[in-house]
Amino acid sequence: MNNIFEDRKAKVETYKKDIRGKKEKLFKVDIPEGLFVKCEKCNEHIFREDLSTNHYVCLKCRSHFRISARERIKMITDIDSFYELFSNLKTLNPLNFPNYEEKIKQYQVQTNELDAFISGVATLGGEMVAIGVMDSFFMMGSMGSVVGEKVTRLVEYATEKRLPLVIFAASGGARMQEGIFSLMQMAKTSAVCQHHNEAGLLYISVLTNPTTGGVAASFASLGDIIIAEKGALIGFAGQRVIKQTIGEELPENFQTAEFQFKKGFVDMVVDRKDLKKTLVKLLQLHKKAELR
Amino acid sequence: MTKTTVDKVWEIVQIARNIKRPTAQVLIKYLIDDFIELHGDRLYADDSCFIGGIGLLNNMPISVIGQEKGLSTNEKIKRNFGMGHPEGYHKALRLMRQAEKFNRPILFVIDTPGAYPGIGAEERGQAMAIAVNLAEMISLKVPMISVVLGEGGSGGALGIGVSDEVWMFENATYSILSPEGFASILYKDASLARQAASDMKITAQDLYRYKIIDRIIPEAKDGLHNDPEYSFNILKNELIEKYYELRQKNIADILALRYKKYRNIGIYEES
Repeated sequence: MNNIFEDRKAKVETYKKDIRGKKEKLFKVDIPEGLFVKCEKCNEHIFREDLSTNHYVCLKCRSHFRISARERIKMITDIDSFYELFSNLKTLNPLNFPNYEEKIKQYQVQTNELDAFISGVATLGGEMVAIGVMDSFFMMGSMGSVVGEKVTRLVEYATEKRLPLVIFAASGGARMQEGIFSLMQMAKTSAVCQHHNEAGLLYISVLTNPTTGGVAASFASLGDIIIAEKGALIGFAGQRVIKQTIGEELPENFQTAEFQFKKGFVDMVVDRKDLKKTLVKLLQLHKKAELR
Repeated sequence: MTKTTVDKVWEIVQIARNIKRPTAQVLIKYLIDDFIELHGDRLYADDSCFIGGIGLLNNMPISVIGQEKGLSTNEKIKRNFGMGHPEGYHKALRLMRQAEKFNRPILFVIDTPGAYPGIGAEERGQAMAIAVNLAEMISLKVPMISVVLGEGGSGGALGIGVSDEVWMFENATYSILSPEGFASILYKDASLARQAASDMKITAQDLYRYKIIDRIIPEAKDGLHNDPEYSFNILKNELIEKYYELRQKNIADILALRYKKYRNIGIYEES
């Protein structure tokens, strides 16, 4: 018990020391404070409570707001069924990259998470799954050593316990500050997915906004079934880089979930409100096949 | 005047990118006898950024898959400066499976600024192509060695870089992004590329120290282009030895070690 209070005290101290008065430097979260929230797409003002009861989807234009990993878990898993695993991994600074520790600390205070991936087990419509969710509010969900290791442990756990795996990707790609170690997490997470695959187990990958770079080019693209959440940006290279390289404007809808569907890279594009029931159906279907 | 680390690293970046630096085709010509090039991904196209084929390494049949930047200006354009499209990664995978079928070891030669960031590449699934290669390579049942010859650019390099051993030439680089790209993202200023190159730890020495690579192939003074034969001789002998050693092993053991090699990369704290 004492530890919890000590922890909390330390966090408050860090907050006081590092964050207060530096607010303007922090990045904006998608859902600002206040009674009403403005939709960035259609400018509609939405009552905050309506937004949360509507899966953080704009009531007018159905544009999907970005949500935190915890919010996602709450939305997708059965009530009180989520049991967190591998939450004891902490980020270090493998390259001694300038200011990396401070940056991590800032995001930890801001998001109340240690890094950008939450893993555990839960039931979905009564079906037991190993579930992982990336948090795009933590350094754009970038994958460094901790994210890579947690993904790997989760997939190993699923393989060992013969559980289906559901991972929600939300990431700008590899974490630059960890350099080559981040790049190698692509190989590591893909390797472990391959073992899960060879064990004949189901992996459903859900691509949410955004899924790009090193995460798109590794475990997020390796699902037996790949679902794209409506409106998600999905692709390999960043749009600015592509524009600079080719020197022309990009086509409309380029790298959207709908674009990936049309090009044949995702099985379906699903509205957030239908995600849970789609997942449950898929899980039940695979379970039936197993029992047969 | 003494050189700082930043100067030294930037010098290596320049040597790795030197237009006179021998490319994959030069290496293949020197190391591999009776090389026969094979083309096409059987799905869409033949990506000329990738050279693939079969030949003999000291009388041992081997598959070679390399990224080719091109020698002349015209050839560089034709080869897209070594920046592969999805069809290149598909072609590489096709040739890997072929090697597996005929039980031939594989040599990968990495030399790319990165996978090409373009509209067509995205439309044809650049991310998916690389991801599939990463997953498939971990369980490919033949001995494999990847050698970074010049630039090892990001996922584009890794897409043929998951092997039993990864070697680097002394003045090659291997990084998550180009120093220019890195500087523009993290320092918001592409002109700080020199500083970025040093902060990123992209040299063979750094990566050897981090145990990301297994061996460094020495180069002549001022770079490989000054005496390619010297380095290629060393490489050839070491490859012959390593493939011989790998082929003595049980394939299940090779795969277990390969998995472990990548499984264990990462630096974090556990409380």
